[in-house]
Amino acid sequence: MMNKRSEFDVEINDTKGTPFIDNAKISARNVEVFYEKKQAIFNTSIDIGKNQIVAMIGPSGCGKSTFLRCLNRMNDTIQSCQIRGEIKLDNEDIYARQQDPVLLRARVGMVFQKPNPFSKSIYDNVAYGAKLHGLTSNQVELDDLVEKSLMRAGLFNEVKDDLHKPGTGLSGGQQQRLCIARTIAIDPEVILMDEPTSALDPIATAVIEELMIELSKKYTIVIVTHSMQQAARVSQRTAYFHMGHLIEVNDTNTVFTNPEHQLTENYITGRFG
Amino acid sequence: MSFSVTVIVLFALLLLGYFVGRKRSIYVSKNNTKPLHSLPQYYGYLVALWSCLPALLVLLVWTALNSSVISSMTISYFPEQVQQLSKDDLSLLVNEIINLSESKEVLQDSMKQAVVSKYLHLVELSQQLKVGVVFILAFVGMFIGFRLIKPHTRARNLVEKLVRWTMVACASIAVLTTIGIVFSVVFEAHQFFKSVSISEFVFGAHWSPQGAIREGQVGGSGSFGALPLFVGTLLISFIALLIAVPLGLMSAIYLSEYATDKFRAFAKPMLEILAGIPTVVYGFFAALTVAPFIRDMGESLGLQPASESALAAGIVMGVMIIPFVSSLSDDIICAVPQAMRDGSYAMGATKSETIRQVIIPAALPGIVGGVLLAASRAIGETMIVVMAAGLFANLTLNPLQAVTTVTVQIVTLLTGDQEFDSPKTLAAFALGLGLFLTTLLLNTISLYMVRKYREQYE
Amino acid sequence: MQKSAMINNEIIRKRLAKRYAKERRFRLYGVASITISIAFLLTLLVNISLNGLPAFQQTYINLEVNLDEDILGVTSSSNDKEFLQGNYSKAIKSSLKTLFPNVKGRKNNKALKQLVSSSATYQIRDFVMDNPNMIGTTQSFWFLAKDDIDVFIKGGIDRSLPETDRRIKDLQLIWIDQLLFDQRLEKRFNFTFFTQSDSREPEQAGIKGAVVGSLLVMLVTMLLSFPIGVLAAVYLEEFAPQNNKWVDMIEININNLAAVPSIVFGLLGLAVFIGLFGVPRSVPLVGGLVLTLMTLPTIIITTRAALKAVPYSIREAALALGASRVQMAFHHVVPAAMPGILTGTIIGMAQALGETAPLLMIGMVAFVANVPQGIADPSTVLPVQIYLWSDSPERAFIERTYAAIMVLIGFLVMMNFIAVIMRRIFEKKF
Repeated sequence: MMNKRSEFDVEINDTKGTPFIDNAKISARNVEVFYEKKQAIFNTSIDIGKNQIVAMIGPSGCGKSTFLRCLNRMNDTIQSCQIRGEIKLDNEDIYARQQDPVLLRARVGMVFQKPNPFSKSIYDNVAYGAKLHGLTSNQVELDDLVEKSLMRAGLFNEVKDDLHKPGTGLSGGQQQRLCIARTIAIDPEVILMDEPTSALDPIATAVIEELMIELSKKYTIVIVTHSMQQAARVSQRTAYFHMGHLIEVNDTNTVFTNPEHQLTENYITGRFG
Repeated sequence: MSFSVTVIVLFALLLLGYFVGRKRSIYVSKNNTKPLHSLPQYYGYLVALWSCLPALLVLLVWTALNSSVISSMTISYFPEQVQQLSKDDLSLLVNEIINLSESKEVLQDSMKQAVVSKYLHLVELSQQLKVGVVFILAFVGMFIGFRLIKPHTRARNLVEKLVRWTMVACASIAVLTTIGIVFSVVFEAHQFFKSVSISEFVFGAHWSPQGAIREGQVGGSGSFGALPLFVGTLLISFIALLIAVPLGLMSAIYLSEYATDKFRAFAKPMLEILAGIPTVVYGFFAALTVAPFIRDMGESLGLQPASESALAAGIVMGVMIIPFVSSLSDDIICAVPQAMRDGSYAMGATKSETIRQVIIPAALPGIVGGVLLAASRAIGETMIVVMAAGLFANLTLNPLQAVTTVTVQIVTLLTGDQEFDSPKTLAAFALGLGLFLTTLLLNTISLYMVRKYREQYE
Repeated sequence: MQKSAMINNEIIRKRLAKRYAKERRFRLYGVASITISIAFLLTLLVNISLNGLPAFQQTYINLEVNLDEDILGVTSSSNDKEFLQGNYSKAIKSSLKTLFPNVKGRKNNKALKQLVSSSATYQIRDFVMDNPNMIGTTQSFWFLAKDDIDVFIKGGIDRSLPETDRRIKDLQLIWIDQLLFDQRLEKRFNFTFFTQSDSREPEQAGIKGAVVGSLLVMLVTMLLSFPIGVLAAVYLEEFAPQNNKWVDMIEININNLAAVPSIVFGLLGLAVFIGLFGVPRSVPLVGGLVLTLMTLPTIIITTRAALKAVPYSIREAALALGASRVQMAFHHVVPAAMPGILTGTIIGMAQALGETAPLLMIGMVAFVANVPQGIADPSTVLPVQIYLWSDSPERAFIERTYAAIMVLIGFLVMMNFIAVIMRRIFEKKF
């Protein structure tokens, strides 16, 4: 094993770059994820800064989506999934006993790869979270919240006359913005985005990317993307995953111009991935 | 020669045809410069089919039509004045002749005696002719098949063409069955509506078909207002759905969303057993255990439930339909994409909130389709109501009273020995028509809804 | 942390307990639904077993019968006709008389005779005809007890009730106690139930005729529906052209027929098979025909599912080797799908075996005391026998109804068990 080292398994035990920062919104330490016997994430530690956009890149199956789903405990819904280590949101361990996944997910929202509006009206899609959590006390407040959220997701002008038509009838890009609108309607602190534009055309993608930058003024955003250009365009920091290991984290500029790790360089220069 | 012996001989000819055909084709291909088109066994099949199929078809058609043709011929043997009798009396007379001919007694009535002997002669003749024609056809067929063994005969293609047409015929039986159902109920119902108007049948509130068989009654027919039957059917079906839909739906939800694999492996087959129990068993249980239980319960509460209350039949029918509803809903709930669930969980919804506010609304068209199918089941269910519901028409919506249903009346009107053309038996077919149309409508709507629903997520 | 988020968190936190309580309640509804369903099933099965088990035992009465020539009116040299006319009931009467010499009066004597089933006379007759040399001796016989006596011995009649409210007279109670004391009453396995057909006397009634009738009906159904169903399914799955009106029509019809109430098939059978084609009523042939039409949709649908599960590569391999489409279908695809097809057929057959309503329409409800010899003999079937008995006022018939249900469910369990094993084999295959 030791004498047959290929260029790919050079020192992947240590994350290169600057995984740790001050004033972190989320800090993950020594996270490991298992599906039954199979290990999907190895000893991963990273800090995610407040009001930043952090992009997670890496080849398919590298564990970036799995890691993302740990951040709002979405992996709880998969029975065979086990998580070790520690993830703190504002210095509270989100996997602690007293921590409630429902409350956590209200604080850490998520947008998925494929737009998944509920088969309800556009209005009800956006109002869903607020109604669940009892965030508004009357119809006027709710109307107001729906309008504001749609506005901030840049969708309101397109749908203001069709609020009671089904959300599934919108175009792909509009559906994705609807999903973003319904996420920000409950005013989370962090928004996780799992390849949010991979099912969209370039124009819709551009609209979403603009929206992300706009939203990062208020929210902390973690985005998983398979597009390095997207990571370069929107994120302040970029993390590179490889086969379940977090290889390198750094300012986006540094990662793309001066990667420390050979694997990162191979990936961003397009030698594989 | 009896029918079964004829069939056995024909099968022997089939085997013979196969072996002869095969042997012959091997012989032909050896002594011919040009090779045969197909493998020897296909020539065997060809000869076998030619020797058996036409003969078998003629045999079946002949046997099916034999008795009706002979009966109508027998009528022509009666003297002129007898032939003037009504159709019903004539058919009775023919039946008498048939019965007399079996008893083989010597009769006093010379006219009948003459007809009986002519009838017997006819039966004999028909039998001999049938066997003769069938075997002549069989041998002619075998000869034709034998002549077909030539290099340029495409035996395989011919056999396969026949196989294909046989398959088409088999598949078409489904259509023929529907046509058969429609014709049988429509024809008899049409007879019925000649004497009872449709509006009286559908909206009449008085149902007592028993009146029809009393002799010398004015008008000669009972009252056929089927409204109490329809109401009774709907009442019992409604009670059944009231039990089956919530229990079935909740069971399906629990099993698909909450239960551990181990619990599911135990509970699912249990529910399937519930579906496999024959309806006659449910009926017996309803009549002997549930109905008395409800009567006692009602009495202890100061009510006076009938001993054959609609409630008892409805509850048991509901339990019978639970697995039906649950397996349909299970399929439909599983078709809701996981992404939609994830979306809801990611908003901080609990499992039950996700199910109630996301999954059920998304699955609603499918679930409604399933419920309609269950309703069609409940409306058409027979044994439970025959054994546990009442016999007498009672226009009420009180579940503690005895009501009767469409299926109960069909069974009561058609079991027992009445003549076939009385308004009583015809009324059963009119009810059957109503039942068929209602369930057909429900099935069509629900199949359409479920299909559209599935396409949505495919 | 944003201020609004802080407030939101508080609002959410406050409602959490309530929401989780709702969640627990919802789960509870689910568990309750399943529990109710399963509890009903268990109640049903336990109820049937508890009520049906006693029917597998039958009370017998032991009597010493004097086979005297004068009483029987036959001698060892009598011919068959004379044997058939012998007065065997007199022998039983005198045998009872010797046990209870004090019984006086017509009414009481009749009550005494009511202890023994009417089949006892045939039992003696058959014994005497088989052993004419025994005439003149006294033989010990075990006779079937009358149904009321049987029910009483099994604890089904409360002796503390006033005499007018129970089916056993006070005098009979005394005799029964005497017989019990003399060990002349005994419960034995009820062979009669399995070896006899329907009877007006409960203690002589059995299910053999109904079981044979069911088997004959199943035979007809199987022989017709299996080949027709499989051929139809193979056509629709492997040959049917796309977008063909006739094929669409067939598909719609199959789906609809699967949901048509079974009683409607009975009406079809009555009008078409009996009315039009003149097939006799009440025979397994017409029952089989009706059930064939009823089970065809099930068999076609499951067979198509089984054919669909056969990998496409098998078809391509066959065609690539030069097989015709017919050869491909029947030499490769159908054999590969066979376990699935058989599973579906068994499920269809199980459905048909439990079916009652359509058979009522075609006259299979007649009282048939003989075992049918062929598919053209009048007969009944097991579920219909259950229906017929269930209506009887006699307690012993009700008991037998439960027992017949146990036998029917036994058959169904067996068939489903075979289907499950088939499914296992099927799953391993691909």
